[in-house]
Amino acid sequence: MLLAPLIATLTRAEGWTGLRPSDGSALWFTLWQAAVSAALSVLLAIPVARALARRRFPGRGAVVLVLGAPFILPTIVAVLGLVAVFGRSGLVADLTGWSPPLYGPQGVILAHVFFNMPLAVRLIVQGWATVPGERLRLAASLGFGPGDTFRVLEWPMLRAVVPGVFLVVFLICTTSFAIALALGGGPRATTVELAIYAAFRFDFDLGRAAALAGMQLAIGVVAATATLRLSLPSGFGAGLDRPVRRWDSQGAILRLQDVACIAAACLFLLTPLTMVLAGGATHLPDIEASVWRAALRSLVIAVGAALATAAVAFPMALAVASGRRWVDVVAVLTITASPLVLGIGTYVLLLPVTNPLVWALPVTAAVNVLLALPFAMRALVPALRDLTADYGRLSASLGLTGAAWLRVVALPRLRGPLGYAMGLTAALSAGDLGVIALFARPEDATLPLKLYQLMGAYRMADAQAAGVLLVVIALGLFWAFERAGRDADAG
Amino acid sequence: MKTTSITIAAGLIATGPAWAEPLTVYAPDYFASEWGPGPAIEAAFEAQCGCEMEYVTGDVLPRLRLEGARTNADVVIGLNTDTAQPARDTGLFAPHGVDTTDLSLPMAWTDDTFLPFNWSHTAFVYDATRLADPPASFDALRRAPDDLTLVVQDPRSSVSGLALALWIDAIYGDAAEEVWADLADNIVTVTAGWSESYGMFTEGEVDMVLSYTTSPAYHIVAEGDDTKRAAIFPEGHYVMVETAAQLAGTDQPDLAQAFMDFVLTPAFQSIVPEGNWSFPARRAGDLPDGFDALALPDKAIAYSPEEADAKRRAVVAAFEAGMRR
Amino acid sequence: MLTLADVTVRLGGFTLRADLDVPPGGITAVIGPSGSGKSTVLNAIAGFVALSAGRVSIAGRDVTDAAPGARPVSIIFQDQNLFPHLTVARNVGLGLRTRGRPTPEERDSVDAVLARVGLEGTGDRRPADLSGGQQSRAALARALLRRRPWLLLDEAFGALGPALRHEMLDLLSETAAEAGLSALMVTHDPNDVRRAAGRTILVADGVAHPPVRTEALFADPPEALKAYLGPRAGT
Repeated sequence: MLLAPLIATLTRAEGWTGLRPSDGSALWFTLWQAAVSAALSVLLAIPVARALARRRFPGRGAVVLVLGAPFILPTIVAVLGLVAVFGRSGLVADLTGWSPPLYGPQGVILAHVFFNMPLAVRLIVQGWATVPGERLRLAASLGFGPGDTFRVLEWPMLRAVVPGVFLVVFLICTTSFAIALALGGGPRATTVELAIYAAFRFDFDLGRAAALAGMQLAIGVVAATATLRLSLPSGFGAGLDRPVRRWDSQGAILRLQDVACIAAACLFLLTPLTMVLAGGATHLPDIEASVWRAALRSLVIAVGAALATAAVAFPMALAVASGRRWVDVVAVLTITASPLVLGIGTYVLLLPVTNPLVWALPVTAAVNVLLALPFAMRALVPALRDLTADYGRLSASLGLTGAAWLRVVALPRLRGPLGYAMGLTAALSAGDLGVIALFARPEDATLPLKLYQLMGAYRMADAQAAGVLLVVIALGLFWAFERAGRDADAG
Repeated sequence: MKTTSITIAAGLIATGPAWAEPLTVYAPDYFASEWGPGPAIEAAFEAQCGCEMEYVTGDVLPRLRLEGARTNADVVIGLNTDTAQPARDTGLFAPHGVDTTDLSLPMAWTDDTFLPFNWSHTAFVYDATRLADPPASFDALRRAPDDLTLVVQDPRSSVSGLALALWIDAIYGDAAEEVWADLADNIVTVTAGWSESYGMFTEGEVDMVLSYTTSPAYHIVAEGDDTKRAAIFPEGHYVMVETAAQLAGTDQPDLAQAFMDFVLTPAFQSIVPEGNWSFPARRAGDLPDGFDALALPDKAIAYSPEEADAKRRAVVAAFEAGMRR
Repeated sequence: MLTLADVTVRLGGFTLRADLDVPPGGITAVIGPSGSGKSTVLNAIAGFVALSAGRVSIAGRDVTDAAPGARPVSIIFQDQNLFPHLTVARNVGLGLRTRGRPTPEERDSVDAVLARVGLEGTGDRRPADLSGGQQSRAALARALLRRRPWLLLDEAFGALGPALRHEMLDLLSETAAEAGLSALMVTHDPNDVRRAAGRTILVADGVAHPPVRTEALFADPPEALKAYLGPRAGT
């Protein structure tokens, strides 16, 4: 599924031009910025995750939900939000008179931290949840202070969890394109994905585009091989609403420290979002009917992609849980697949068979399923493993197999992670622009495409309103799917 | 009975669609969107030909090259002069067959494949309320203090960005890399496309944005705002011309030719100014009010498709090298 | 003296009341039917559940608001008494200090207490390499090192077989007496109670009754205990 589009792209290459020297520096920049972005995301996420893991407070669920928001935010909306806050005429500059250096490599890194720190928080909170309550109770009975708990319990957990989280964020950052372009400040901040786009756009050098995509995939292969040694972050579908009862962290200073961590994270992550919403909300009533129709189309694609993800990820997760780990490696690999080459390749593959335009919407959904697969797998695989470990023998002794097992045991028990996986896919595909821009007929325009059309026609205010709509749809879908999974979990 | 059936059949033929298949036009997204000139042009052409046409949007040139001879396109629209040559080299196009002697372009037009339909000059647009004293020449821009901020588009991914690179090449020749290095202090960021740049400009993020001399017309006409202006440079401004062309392999050559013949007529050209916020290739009567107020350069710079294509690699390399310094 | 003064604990729909004194010295058993709240009594003393009302004091000190680790008690659970990723010696050493490296003297104390509970030479192993009985011994060793005056056992030996359990109870009696510790032991086995506990607290119908002498209690069991012990009680 990953290689076919790549090979298809290569078959259409008009001669082999190979890579250019500038591609080497693109590779270097890609790896460098991804490493820094991932390291910062993880480092900043640890205290926030720790605070969330050990505090219970009203609205905690809401905080966890909105902390998930940046990751699923459409890039263009997020970039405008970041500019509104950290830009030269942004909020920070207005309030302090100092304008942060938003443009350049540091801008790319800032944006990546904005996108991925919440993901890291989520994954690491999950790690905290894996520390058994009994062990914390034992620690409390031995009079452990926060430092002791950290050394004896949390540090070993972090050592096991953090490398995997780092890897996932690192891989996500290696495929970055739009962010690098909008905030990168120039050719110095050229990523591999951007080089692919440039090779495609004017040079139409498909050989080079495919070679670059292959290079990107190679990063993924190296990383994925590493994952066989690392314990990948797991199970971010469930458990977030159950902070473990802690006895070691009731001191006022610790409390204050945690409150400060959570507040700072919310401020950093939510202000850009709020700026986008505030900027566009007033123009919402002016939105034309066609934009609403595009919104509906995006909604349908998103729900379709979510259902397809469930259908694809479930059997794959089952395969991994029953020992076929290579399937897991494939799933990690898809993080580094170039969406652009995926799109081009699919187009080339469909062309001799059918009119690809007819398939624009399904293909958009399909590519997004592929891109969301690694996250869906991360949620499903560990849950399935636990299920097999905990209830495998019981199910077997009762003769529960096949469809019956699926209906009675697996689906009800896995609705949490499944809901999360579907919510994530839905949100990501609602905000996706990459593939549809390559394929669409005007009557197929999705909401992100409409947003770009509005911008292209000087209608910046209407574009902001469309951005609000996009945020609402993406977040709403995520919330709805996750909620559906969680309610079932509780029931 | 028999006569009745014949009458009905004859009636069906007479009133049925004159053309079985719609005319397929590949167009850039902005062109065919409901806020671009596309829908009005489609309606006007359909009324005239009694046929149907449909747009297929996206990146016109890469798509065409992907599809090759298998393409469904009958006509493509929106290829600009700087990217026309690679399109010509595909061998997919047929001559436009339209008389181009009487155009309102700032240069002579001799290309027999690509038919121009609109144009504008590349220019830096600023807000007069925020920038009272814009650079008076490209040289002044080049030597502007660092606190003058610019946003431009990437020549590797954007036609307007490529136009800037060619513009600098046309003025400065071998010193282009120097110029980029000088501008690098002022360029806040380089965006993938025009939209992101212009969005940053209207948000007040930068003083000047790489756009077109006709951009202020939008603000004057649609918003009643005359504070957005293009800075005019005596060195001359690079001209961006958009064209239409018909495919040699079209299965409806007559209809495609009908469309080509339609491009320079008043019915099409009158839609261009306020549909595409640019100048029509052949003026039909007066331009809308806002266009009269536009500041325009005396000197226009243009490369032919062949020249632009030959220079593309070098001017992009100058951009990459200069900006990296 | 360990005192629960007018204590009320509410957990969901369940309520437990206790108003009693436990005199120091020896082993006091806590028995009662399943779900009666035996473990809740222990958790209230250890600080793992919040009280709705009342006070807990140990040796004259009010510990109602103290954190679990700050109370003069050690607790041994049925399982999960050892951190699986630390060696046995490290686990036991946590009874002396929770931070920093142990001093040579402390290492000697750990070795000594391991020897005392019959775990010589196991210090470098991980808990997973120990049998269930050995794990209990290690947990006991740590409690002995901690020297908190009260030792709480929550079905601590519940997973062991009868012979092993009796062995552990004897070891507990001996070592607690040597170290001058008092023990409070939740169990569901009347034989354990009769074997090791001088006094017994009966928990039934949401009330923890003050401790009475075990022999007296079993000689003339109240209705609730009779029901728990079943028709063959006393035989």
